[in-house]
Amino acid sequence: MHITVKCYATLQRFQPTGGEVFALREGGTVHDVVLALGIAPEDVAVIFVNGLHAPMDKALAEGDRLGLFPAVGGG
Amino acid sequence: MAKFIRIDMGSRTAEIGACPEKYAGLAGRGLTSMFIADEVKPTCHPLGKYNKLVFAPGFLTGTSAVNSGRISCGAKSPLTGGIKESNSGGSFSQKMARLDIKAMVFEGLPADGKYAVVKVDKDGVTFDEAPAEIMGAGNYDAIRVLQDKYGPKVGVALIGPAGEMKLTAANISFADPEGNIRSAGRGGLGAVMGSKGIKAVVIDDAGASAVPIAKPEEFKSAAKRFANALTTHPVTGQGLPKYGTNVLVNILNEAGGLPTENFRRGRNEWANNIGGETMAATIEERGGKTTHGCHAGCVIRCSQHYVDKQGKYITSGFEYETIWALGADAAIDDLDAIAYADREFDEAGIDSIETSVAVAVAMDAGVIPWGDAKAALDLIKQIRQGTPLGRILGSGAAAVGQMYGLTRVPVVKNQAIPAYDPRAVKGVGLTYATTPMGADHTAGYAVATNILRVGGFVDPLGKEGQVELSRNLQIATAAVDSTGMCLFIAFAILDIPDGFNALVDMINARYDLSLTGDDVTALGKTILKAELDFNRRAGFTSAHDRLPEFFEEPCPPHNTVWDFTDEEIDSVLAF
Repeated sequence: MHITVKCYATLQRFQPTGGEVFALREGGTVHDVVLALGIAPEDVAVIFVNGLHAPMDKALAEGDRLGLFPAVGGG
Repeated sequence: MAKFIRIDMGSRTAEIGACPEKYAGLAGRGLTSMFIADEVKPTCHPLGKYNKLVFAPGFLTGTSAVNSGRISCGAKSPLTGGIKESNSGGSFSQKMARLDIKAMVFEGLPADGKYAVVKVDKDGVTFDEAPAEIMGAGNYDAIRVLQDKYGPKVGVALIGPAGEMKLTAANISFADPEGNIRSAGRGGLGAVMGSKGIKAVVIDDAGASAVPIAKPEEFKSAAKRFANALTTHPVTGQGLPKYGTNVLVNILNEAGGLPTENFRRGRNEWANNIGGETMAATIEERGGKTTHGCHAGCVIRCSQHYVDKQGKYITSGFEYETIWALGADAAIDDLDAIAYADREFDEAGIDSIETSVAVAVAMDAGVIPWGDAKAALDLIKQIRQGTPLGRILGSGAAAVGQMYGLTRVPVVKNQAIPAYDPRAVKGVGLTYATTPMGADHTAGYAVATNILRVGGFVDPLGKEGQVELSRNLQIATAAVDSTGMCLFIAFAILDIPDGFNALVDMINARYDLSLTGDDVTALGKTILKAELDFNRRAGFTSAHDRLPEFFEEPCPPHNTVWDFTDEEIDSVLAF
């Protein structure tokens, strides 16, 4: 299956060079994607799947939009 | 002995006295709000003889504590009609503290309608006619002229053309250590300063001694622990210095809470073009500064120098809320264009949040096309020109909405709602509704807990836990705003308990006190109660604590609505 993945802020350097579409085995989780991208899981502070906060073990589905963020703040 | 300075702009005289007993234990927002609540007639016209403008540094300002150089400005707001505390960086506050000035109060109205420069130094207060060349001029030139005349190191607080016109979105600008501009942006306090005939206040701390510390060793040790919390927390130690506050564009867009086209949806396709990552890369590529502090001693350094393609400075303090409002809410997909607009806001001396939201409302009204950067900049430049349309824009989002007959006007208590859709970040929606300041994200930044997962987690799309969250943050913020600390320290101390303890320890060591965390909470409550009481006496009721009805419409992509009951909203500040 394919999902869309977007890495932001200090995680931007892990964004796949081929773009945002990412191939993943059926039933794969956020954790699987994070490891496949070479990101240390502890560097991911906020995870959005389709705009909803999600845990690292969230199973992904075809067409999901995944956003990965380190700790960020502002205001 | 701490000084309390009353400056009468009618007679151009100053009375320098000892700080009254009732204000001795206060500082920053606590002092400005208690003072306004005590001395300003709540029903007064904000630009009339009964209003007063007060400046106060925080408890720790002027010390070696990092990030402690903020200034609080207070008055009755001409924008909201309620009490206002607006705070800013710059070098003014630290100079006040070193001169041992607890507060500076400006009262009365000028007898002759002329503008003065008020000069404050160790010998007292003097008054000069404002130089003709700075009247109507942009703030950057005005600061240069004032620092040429009074000394390159003097602190400067000034109003721009917007304040001279007494527009309700006019701000008070403060020179930063490099002579660039920081602002006490919200609530139109520049109009109050203008009404009193004050073009600028300059402060020279030459000859002042160091701020006294009751227990220097304890202070030093606590200050070190506090700095350590800020530099080790990933938000204050890494994210903010690298990307600035504008790092929030992409995360709010992912969360579906980035208001786009006058709050019609919470996500757009171009967000990354205007986000902090793109901004930092652009600044680096052009040889600008990606990081610098708004006051000496800042270790977070979230500000930056945004430069043009030739590497020439355009603006600094280029914040998420301004970039959101023009870049997403007004759909201007062009960081350079937004930077020129931000520069023009600083030149005119007008709140960049209020006015940018007003631009989006003007687009919604069909005054200029959506996303038209050139038309937007032309419109913004009309503020300085003083055209009728420029004056309407400079009077804020509600004024524009009223002039053009719109109902889709994102304001609470007449103040523009910033950068986080209350339907997708519900905790901050409660803050917008209930803070005595009018819609203000900084008054209780539930975004931290709803979106950023700092200080715990409360689901942004649900109602559960939001009332308590907004209440607790509003109480804590009122206290932090009294310390002189930058509010961003909260990211670190919400997660690192020793950082909070160190903050309290520093205050205790500075003044030889024995405050506890509970005392800090009690202080926050006392301040909020005084502010709410002022607003009640000014005519505010719970009916004013409501969001505009268009927030009943679903907000894509989550299609959530604003669904708190009146009782739930009214319980936020019922303590």
